[in-house]
Amino acid sequence: MPRRTHIQTTLNGEEIDFLCEPRQSLLEVLRDELGLTGTKEGCNNGNCGACSVLMDGRVVNSCCVLGVEAEGCDVVTIEGVAEGETLHPLQQCFLEEAALQCGVCTPGFIVAAKALLDSEPDADEGRVRHWLAGNLCRCTGYDKIVRAVLKASEMEEVSA
Amino acid sequence: MKEIDYLAPSSLGEAYAALQNGKTSAFLAGGTDIIVQLREGRKEVDQLIDVKHIPELMSYAWTDDGGLVIGASVPFAEIYEDDEIVRRLPCVIDCATLVGGIQIQSRACFGGNIGNSGPAADTVPALIALGATLTLGSADGTRDLPLEDFFTGPGQNVLGPGELIITINVPPQPANSGSFFHRFIPRNEMDIAVVNVGARIDLDASGERIEGARISVGAVAPVPLFVAAAGDALVGETPTEDSFARAADIAAEAATPITDMRGSIAQRVHLTRVLTYRALDRALERAREA
Repeated sequence: MPRRTHIQTTLNGEEIDFLCEPRQSLLEVLRDELGLTGTKEGCNNGNCGACSVLMDGRVVNSCCVLGVEAEGCDVVTIEGVAEGETLHPLQQCFLEEAALQCGVCTPGFIVAAKALLDSEPDADEGRVRHWLAGNLCRCTGYDKIVRAVLKASEMEEVSA
Repeated sequence: MKEIDYLAPSSLGEAYAALQNGKTSAFLAGGTDIIVQLREGRKEVDQLIDVKHIPELMSYAWTDDGGLVIGASVPFAEIYEDDEIVRRLPCVIDCATLVGGIQIQSRACFGGNIGNSGPAADTVPALIALGATLTLGSADGTRDLPLEDFFTGPGQNVLGPGELIITINVPPQPANSGSFFHRFIPRNEMDIAVVNVGARIDLDASGERIEGARISVGAVAPVPLFVAAAGDALVGETPTEDSFARAADIAAEAATPITDMRGSIAQRVHLTRVLTYRALDRALERAREA
């Protein structure tokens, strides 16, 4: 039995602990140890952004982070984006704009876009496209995604 | 990935000790290269040493004389979000904003990009143009060396066993100096350079004559090139299309690229000439704004 390390972290606002092997990525820990399968594995090598999560407020590829590195960190996954039954404006706008087809890239896009709107609520289209360059989608051609993010940014401005 | 040990030393001393425990080691900073390399079996080590808890590697500071000392593991995003660095060293920002997407820039760092020692590493020509040095440390002490002397081959460098990169040191830039870095890739984001070029121009007080120039080219040789002859050819010249074109020719002559999936030999030599000329032109603009 490989040696497992005890890790304490904040996950979606809740203090939790888990055991993992040092070789396990944060993505593997989230999906296989903690049962949070909203975060998707795409390329598993840092290119596609499907596994995007927030770590201490910054968006990272969880396939390129080890689970043990989460010690003491604040991690937010797609499961932590909605407020209970109330969808985040980004989630609502992705639905309204049909900004998804197969859906595998969607959690990563929403988490990455959330990181942008949290820090730059007035981001324009160029900024949105630049920010999301690390998230790949094979279905939509990106336009609907960009429209959804821009629409969500307007909603947040209204609510702010 | 095979089983590994994970260590997170909180001081350089602890890191050096970890390097001498008889196990094979790799460093973990942003993890955007090493975790993938280990998972794909391109590298195999007994232990990963996470260097992100070592204060010297995770901070940056201006020196009294105007240089910038960057801890090897400071994420790119922290660097390019610093307004003073944006204003005073735009060439550092040129490269820091080009490596990967936002997810990569949240974690990846200068020390990792340099230590990984890829011939196309985007931070390297920018930093060589700026005249950067590295401070390397081991249990035996520290040593400094010019960045251009660090690389020995693709993925190879002068780091000894038990040695790590502590800081990247950007020296104070001359008064009428400007630097610029750019690359050619087939799309706008998220690719590895076909060719990348950093250039610096130092003007005299009149702004009409070149006192010094540094040109560095990546992805055209087994290691990033510092083409001293191209910069030297500009010394004493006026900054004109002709003098820039001659320097660009010298840079292109120094290129010894290979043909691969990203580009052919002929394309890379051509790009070296074009990118060098344009980098000089943009560096000149910045020197005149300085």
